[in-house]
Formats: sequence, C-alpha cells, structure tokens
Amino acid sequence: MFTKKTRFADMFSANNNLVLLMPRLGIGLGVGNLTVDEVSVRHGVSSDFVLMVCNIYTFRDYVPTQEELAGMDMTMLVPYLRASHTYYVKERMPHLERHLTGVLQNTDKRYAEAMMLFFKQYRQEMCDHFEYEEKDVYPLLQQCGRMKMANPQNREHRGASVRLAESHEGMVDKISDLLQILYKYMPSHADTEEMNELIFGLLQLSSDFERHAAIEEHVLLPYLNLAKRVGK
Amino acid sequence: MKSSIDTLIVEPSEIVRTGLQTILDEDGTFRLLSPLYDAVILEERVKTLQPDLLIVNPTLMMPPALLQMASVQQAKPNIAIAALVYQYVEPELLQRFKAIVDIRERRSQIVAVLKEEVKRVKEMEDENYELSDREREVLVLVAQGLSSKEIADRLNISIHTVNSHRKNITRKTDIKSVAGLAVYATLHNMV
Repeated sequence: MFTKKTRFADMFSANNNLVLLMPRLGIGLGVGNLTVDEVSVRHGVSSDFVLMVCNIYTFRDYVPTQEELAGMDMTMLVPYLRASHTYYVKERMPHLERHLTGVLQNTDKRYAEAMMLFFKQYRQEMCDHFEYEEKDVYPLLQQCGRMKMANPQNREHRGASVRLAESHEGMVDKISDLLQILYKYMPSHADTEEMNELIFGLLQLSSDFERHAAIEEHVLLPYLNLAKRVGK
Repeated sequence: MKSSIDTLIVEPSEIVRTGLQTILDEDGTFRLLSPLYDAVILEERVKTLQPDLLIVNPTLMMPPALLQMASVQQAKPNIAIAALVYQYVEPELLQRFKAIVDIRERRSQIVAVLKEEVKRVKEMEDENYELSDREREVLVLVAQGLSSKEIADRLNISIHTVNSHRKNITRKTDIKSVAGLAVYATLHNMV
C-alpha cells in the first residue's frame, strides 16, 4: 500500500493508470521526487483523500475502514466523482465511438448498425446513471453534512445503495459483452489499428469504471451512513 | 440441473438385472426406467425415454456393436453409457466403454463408477459451446426484448426452464446483457 511518504512518481510506476486520475484530482504531472504528502499540499488537496483513491485504484482488496473514513476530509469526494463522470462521458466515450466507427467501416451494414445501436444505448445508460447519481445520491451527502436527518433509517439511501451496485454491475457487464463480441463474433476484416484502439480503450474504461464504482460503494455510501449517525 | 439420474438397464438375466436395480434403488439417486431384455429396440427406446444413463450388457449389442453405440449416442447426445460385465466381451468392444460395471464389484464401487461417468458426460456437455435449437429459439426471443415469462408462455415451457436456457446461452456465448445478445443474434443472422 502507498503511504503519505511514498514518492508520488513511484505510484505511477506501480500503476500507470493512476496518471489518468490526476486531472480529476486537480494534480498535474512533473511531481519530481516529492512525496504524496508534499504534492498534495502543493496542490491544496487532502493527502489522505488522494492516497485513499490511489490505493483503491491499485490494491483491489483494499477497502477503507470506518475509522479511516470518519477521520477523512471528504470535501473532494463529490467533485472528484463528478470529474470522473465528465471524463467518461466527454473524453472516453467519444474516443471509443471514433474507433468503433473505424472498426465498423467495412462491415456489413446490418452488423454495423446493431453494434452502433448497442454502443449508443450503452452511452445513454451511462449518462442516465450518472445523472441519477448527481441528482439523487450526491446531494444526500451534502444534506447529511448540513442537518440532522429526520429519519435515520432513510429509505432513500438504502434504495440508493442497492440500485447503485446493480447499475454498476450492469454497466461493467455490458463492456465485457462488447469485448466478447469483438473478440469472438465480429468478422475479422476490421482495421487492426482501429480494433486495437477500441479494445484497449474498452479495457481501460472497464477497469477505471469498476474502481470508480468501488469508490462509490466503499467510500461514498459508508460515509453517508457515518454522516447520518453523527448528524443524528 | 435435475438431481435424479434417469437410468435404462439392458440386461437379459433377471438375477443380474434385479440385483443391479436393488443396488441403484437403495442409493436413491437413480430413477429406474423399465428395463430392456435385449438391444433390438435400444435406439428407439433411448430416443423416446432420453435416459441420462444407459447400463448395457455389451454382449447384447446388435452387430456391429460399435455402430449401435454410435446410433444410441445420436438418439440421445450426452448419454452416459456403462458396460455391465460378467461374461467374456470382445476387448475391442469393451474398450469403447468409458465406464465398466463388473458384477463382482462391491455395491458402493458400482454406484461410484456410474455416478462418475454421468458426471464426466455432464462436464463434457458443459464444454459444448454450440447453442441447441431450443437455446437459439430462446435467444431470438430474448433479443426481441421478451421477458422470461413471455418466452415461457410463447414456447409453452416453464419459466424455470427458460431461465435455465438463458443461463446456458450466457455461459456458451459469454454475453450477459440482453442488448449484447441482440447484437449476437444479428451477427449470426438469427433475427
């Protein structure tokens, strides 16, 4: 596990996908030999939070404890999650769509339409999911921080946790479906370069999104619970 | 998966047949279908009864015996076949049987050999990634957006059976979502 004394750049060496998270955390590259703590201070962000996110993204078995969550500055949580949404919708999906279009260029029209429809439905599902989270789930956190909850057994929240987990699973499954279709069932005359860009783009999105979901399920939802207990 | 093993015994000797039936009956896993005394109508019976397990005295097989074994397997793909042995059997024929029940074995050993063979065949079946006709039918309806309940009504089968087909479709295609299966169906010109 990384600690506050870990050199920031060593985290990138251990898990190069972390480079992609930096814009979402408001941290630029060029971190020299500075530690996690030093870089976080320099960018005015909570080093505990940055460390937790990097650890969750790198060590799949790591789930923060209640104590860790209780003591953490969570002001960055919602902005971070929103920034991830923007990254998926505004950067990754257009990138994938471009390469899917490239892959489908010389394919039978019916096949191409079916694949494109799948992709567009997936993108819509993703947007709907993010909209639900931003409108219905994230504000719960702000409410918790502001006022005592009238009803600590808040149904809205319990429902949210089930719905969130199911929806995350469904979205990861669909990326896996698309990959299987590309691996096994697409006619093989597609442009290799486009195909590789698409496949590796999907793999990257899948692992990034799966960890994003882990942060929501292992940090956001438990923290909501904690906040409610404190507020009570 | 159903838990009982539908078993067809083909054996002329009443003593041997009854002995074997008693052993299998006591175990409780085997559902004994009415036995045959010879192999004359074997394929026909297998086709109608669709047993999971066939225990046959190889000396009864209609010559050429290997051909009859093949047509039995055609009548019920993934059937487990065991040879029931107490006489001399041509080695060439005997070696075609993956499971051999020697009547001198202990009863626990006999039961174990038979169960092992059923399990082996089941696992082989699991490795078959070709969709069956029924699975293709279900897949098309799934791709068209029908629910399991609607598919059950349409095909006149139980919802439980539909779900079991859907599970197999996903296992064989590696595709979990309805949307993904719709793409699969299009790519295979099924819709």
